Amino acid sequence: MPRPEPGAKLRVALFATCLVDIVRPSIGFAAAKLLEQAGCVVEVPAQTCCGQPAFNSGDRRTTQELALQMIEAFEGYDYVVVPSGSCGGMIAKHYPELFADDPGLSGRAEKLASKTFELVSFLTDILGVMKVEASHKGSCTYHDSCSGLRELGIKSQPRRLLGTVDGLDLVEMKDSEVCCGFGGTFAVKYGPISDQIVSEKCANIEASGAKTLLAGDLGCLLNMAGKLSRMGSEIEVRHVAEVLADMANEPAIGKAGEKTA
Amino acid sequence: MTSRDTIFASIRRSLAVKGDERIRASIAEDRLDRSPKGVIPARAQLDAAGKLRLFVEKAEGVQATVARVASAKDVPGEVARYLRDNNLPAALRMGDDPRLSAMPWKETSIDVEKGRSHGLDLSAISHAESAIAETGTLALVSGHENPTTLNFLPDNHIVVLHAADLVSDLETIWQRIRKKFGKGEMPRTVNFITGPSRSGDIEQTILLGAHGPRALHIVVVEG
Amino acid sequence: MSSRPTSHTFKDNAAKAIQDGGVPRALKNVRQNFIDKRVKAVEALPEFEALRESAKEIKNHTLEHLDLYLERYEQKVKESGGHVHFAVDAAEARAIVLDICRKAGARTVTKGKSMITEEIGLNAHLEANGVVPVETDLGEYIIQLRGEAPSHIIAPAVHLTKDQIEADFRRVHTNLDPKRDLTEKTSLLTEARTMLREKFLVADVGITGANFLIAETGTSVIVTNEGNGDLTQLLPRVHVVVASIEKVVPTLEDTSQILRVLARSATGQEMSVYTTLSTGPRRATDVDGPEEYHVVLLDNGRSAMLGTEFQDMLRCIRCAACMNHCPVYHQIGGHAYGWIYPGPMGSVLTPSLIGVDKAGHLPNASTFCGRCESVCPMKIPLPKMMRHWREREFERNLNPAVARYGLGFWAFFAKKPWLYRLSTRLAAKSMKLLGRNKGSFQSLPGAGAWTQYRDFAVPEGETFQAKWKKRAAK
Repeated sequence: MPRPEPGAKLRVALFATCLVDIVRPSIGFAAAKLLEQAGCVVEVPAQTCCGQPAFNSGDRRTTQELALQMIEAFEGYDYVVVPSGSCGGMIAKHYPELFADDPGLSGRAEKLASKTFELVSFLTDILGVMKVEASHKGSCTYHDSCSGLRELGIKSQPRRLLGTVDGLDLVEMKDSEVCCGFGGTFAVKYGPISDQIVSEKCANIEASGAKTLLAGDLGCLLNMAGKLSRMGSEIEVRHVAEVLADMANEPAIGKAGEKTA
Repeated sequence: MTSRDTIFASIRRSLAVKGDERIRASIAEDRLDRSPKGVIPARAQLDAAGKLRLFVEKAEGVQATVARVASAKDVPGEVARYLRDNNLPAALRMGDDPRLSAMPWKETSIDVEKGRSHGLDLSAISHAESAIAETGTLALVSGHENPTTLNFLPDNHIVVLHAADLVSDLETIWQRIRKKFGKGEMPRTVNFITGPSRSGDIEQTILLGAHGPRALHIVVVEG
Repeated sequence: MSSRPTSHTFKDNAAKAIQDGGVPRALKNVRQNFIDKRVKAVEALPEFEALRESAKEIKNHTLEHLDLYLERYEQKVKESGGHVHFAVDAAEARAIVLDICRKAGARTVTKGKSMITEEIGLNAHLEANGVVPVETDLGEYIIQLRGEAPSHIIAPAVHLTKDQIEADFRRVHTNLDPKRDLTEKTSLLTEARTMLREKFLVADVGITGANFLIAETGTSVIVTNEGNGDLTQLLPRVHVVVASIEKVVPTLEDTSQILRVLARSATGQEMSVYTTLSTGPRRATDVDGPEEYHVVLLDNGRSAMLGTEFQDMLRCIRCAACMNHCPVYHQIGGHAYGWIYPGPMGSVLTPSLIGVDKAGHLPNASTFCGRCESVCPMKIPLPKMMRHWREREFERNLNPAVARYGLGFWAFFAKKPWLYRLSTRLAAKSMKLLGRNKGSFQSLPGAGAWTQYRDFAVPEGETFQAKWKKRAAK
């Protein structure tokens, strides 16, 4: 996809995802700020869920109904941006396959897929953002969420932008590419296995010595934050957009407290 | 209906074919006739000296030992040295390979026994049909010249390789075999051997000498 | 060793493995081994990605023409003096092998490592009929001594520690000095080598699997490191190859392409130590080799996978890269999967072979992290196929009612944006109130399955959409 002409304002639809909508709206605002800073006009169409839980549970019909709802609400924009690799991947990679046998919809699904991007990779790969205006004290470690990493190829982009955050020291954890054990309904259906996986992930996070854990997917973040909290860990957990947008002033995920200035 | 018929009927039902479609059959025939080569790694596409260098590096990398001699008449001396240096008895099992038989074994104190192995030989010697530079792999073919039992039963396997028989890749070996045995025909056994026997089944520690030879010594005849 | 599945009790199997702790501990030592070695081997071959694509295309082409290549393969085996037997299912394959053993007057048979003979439960059948099967791969030998099934398709005893193996050797090798020193791993290896060497020399029949069957030449190929497979097929009077129909490839060149990705993906080797091509029985010019050469070709449900969404699974070359990289497998080991094929490849294949009603957990017990697909040398879309199984289960109402209702309840709202906005606003607000002053819930009504293991972050209180609307109104 060609880069936009300088000066042309892109109309970008922000799909916050249902988890961000309900649990942590500040991620949505951080995403909007980053997009606006990069010169986009951000709109938030009425939205619910991309259908991934139904898709991964084998309920294809419900998935198709929700996907169609998404297509109708979002197809009129230049781009659709999602602060989540897994929901972004759902639209960009799986919508076309959902409607592959439906000549009436396959073209529309393909088209929406081709203009849907995960937030950070959209900033770097499409808008050409090279640096952000933000500062963050202390060391951070970044977890590569699976869908973003393996479906969308997101690996260097967040690290590149985090490298431009004033004062931020990025340290790599061991096995940053290994799943955190969330897996949507997997975390509740196979609790003991999920618990083992996330415990190991948290041990790696702790061992990195970082003060803050960042990732690009709220599902994974809730899982890791929940486990770190249960372990009594001091580590703060945030969506990468919060730091990049210089909006890491809400209490970290799962932490009590008031917004700081 | 025999089980054979049942299985073929099921395959054809699943693939939605009858099995007698002319074009489909010709596609398969064509592949079998042409044997297209696919992707060949650039790594071993080298001149003779480069191939030999790579072969030695790769073979040593998998714990084989390699000695180079100038000509075939030097092989017995090198083998005698190898046996002596490794505290092995001067006894050797060998097939009827004329290239091996022509070597001056009498000039050494090695006691040579001909024929297959029954599991009582400590050391054996074979002549390689060819070898692959890409991976440091020896290629041996079965027959009374180089019985397959020699490749697996003795503790120490010595293999003579003529540098001229060294090729870049597996694909080149197939061409040689087709030339020798005919297209679609094979010797009973082709053994590709890459280093001495090993196992990682105890806590993933690689240990040499599982069931096959504990040591593989390659003597490259350069002349 | 039994082929009776316990996949339906997957959750209990997994919980037991975790509680016991031995399996994850044993696997922790090894998985880095496999993973690091694979990466090193892949990085050393610039053509690796191109070879993956090539290997995938070869198998796709073969599967589309499977009947034709099988016909050619059969014809070539017969021309070389071998026998070909077709078996529709496991029972027929067992009967054919037993019949060959009986005709050979066999009392002892040696076996090379073969997942297919595990699949058909061959050992139990031979034993029940007076033929003693001896596994000769070190890992297989160890688990045979323990009466276990393999927990990994290329490293069958990967779940065991050296001390466990030592205890088993002392228990079984009673003719040896009980005071012998077995502290070193090499002494265990030497002991197994000595015990098995006797077996190799007395066996009447040798049974191996096959990594490939080459149509062009009627050749079977085995790929091993120990040399046990070669001694198995070389020394007895009769060699029996048991292989499933999808092992066929057209030509020697095609075999070479797949060989280049096989060992690298499996153990990180560039070539396994022994790659052996066998074509028919002993010839007039031979002084060794088997006098009879049989191939038993097993279908066991595979032909029915062709033409379906599971056809891609038939590309599998059993390298085990998927399980070596699977976070779920790492925690529970292979036995929890309840049948002989564990890890991601098993989660797709097992429901095809024993029925999704018995193996329904397997395709669900995945986080869909996709690491398996990313390392699969044959580019098999494993998560996608697990999802296809979930779809079949959903269509057949096989998944638990609570999951269905939970999903249905959520979907009811998600399909109505206005109702969704209203209810999520209420939910976010009430959860915020409920979690007053706290950052996280240690327990939460209705979310016990989550909070049993981890806290749940208290929502910020307002939904994003509601807040955005307010901002836009300003």
